[in-house]
Amino acid sequence: MVWSAPEAHLKEAPYQMAIVVLDAGGRLTARILGDRVQIGDAVTFAEYRDGVPFFRKAA
Amino acid sequence: MGIEGVPATRFEAACASGGSAFFHAYSSVAAGLYDVVLVTGVEKMTSQSTPRVSEILAGAGDMAGEIKAGGTFAALFAMIARRHMHQYGTTREQMAAVAVKNHANAFKNPYAHMHKLITLEQALAGKPIAEPLTIYDCSLISDGAASLLLAPLDRASEFAGQPVLVAGIAQTSGPLALDRREDITTFTAVRKAAQKAYRMAGVAAPDIQFAEVHDCFTIAEIMAMEDLGFVGPGEGGPYVQRGATALGGEAAGQRERRAEGEGPPGGRHRRGADLRRGRADPRAAGERQVRNRDLGLAQNLGGSGATAVVTILRSVR
Repeated sequence: MVWSAPEAHLKEAPYQMAIVVLDAGGRLTARILGDRVQIGDAVTFAEYRDGVPFFRKAA
Repeated sequence: MGIEGVPATRFEAACASGGSAFFHAYSSVAAGLYDVVLVTGVEKMTSQSTPRVSEILAGAGDMAGEIKAGGTFAALFAMIARRHMHQYGTTREQMAAVAVKNHANAFKNPYAHMHKLITLEQALAGKPIAEPLTIYDCSLISDGAASLLLAPLDRASEFAGQPVLVAGIAQTSGPLALDRREDITTFTAVRKAAQKAYRMAGVAAPDIQFAEVHDCFTIAEIMAMEDLGFVGPGEGGPYVQRGATALGGEAAGQRERRAEGEGPPGGRHRRGADLRRGRADPRAAGERQVRNRDLGLAQNLGGSGATAVVTILRSVR
């Protein structure tokens, strides 16, 4: 959970970042939309914003 | 500096720039190309705002991925810390214990950026930077500089009363982005550099009497204990918590931290560590002086583990 953000993202702080392990293989560093997630939670892809992948906790 | 005509090169390896410069200076002397090489590092970070400094430092990360997603170095190390806590049960208290010890060490160092003792409670209650890291888990944004002279051993006495021998040294690299690693709770570059340096020096981890390790963030120091082989994987937290790495602790010497009280990790960091080795005579370090100081180790980490430099230094009799 990033509280002290870099200049480009100041307005969005605080925000959660996560390394997502993809079912298809490989990993992605992404942002989390909505509820905070814990290590091990299942997440689903939500959208791309300015080239950044956003995921949310799976229902 | 008023020196002209000699080759002068600037090294870039993020926070391991100093270590890398030292490694290359050592290589050129060891190869017999040069006899006297000056290595200097300078850090000037306080002239910009914290968000801007974070942004500049993040240039050492994976810009297209983890940094673009909003990462700062604190954020990357926060993810590493979270994983280390999940995988090994490392606690915030153990990380805070690193901060408390290092502030205490810095308190006695006249060159330190900050002379402030803190308690475990203060460290835990610090302003959150990137959970689980608070401000006390993060090294300071500082200015500083350090310089070292390297020469062949048979010429060392021309320059110093108490030269120190580079017994082993190695520079290695690791994957840049966290998401390219199998296990983010260890720095493969540090493990490889340590193995190579130990082999070159003909020593092993238990022989090291004192070490200066890279402590950009408290979790980095805990991981250094593991990656350098002082303890096994996941045992770094308890090791620090029981005071093993404090001055006079159970470890034969002291893991003296530089960054938190004494300036940031960065170009200058490694040279400072080697200078400390060089000041092996008792007059210099006063009450911070480690008793057993014949064989020391300095570890330097670049970025979130893309570069590592490990140096083993031996006092010369």
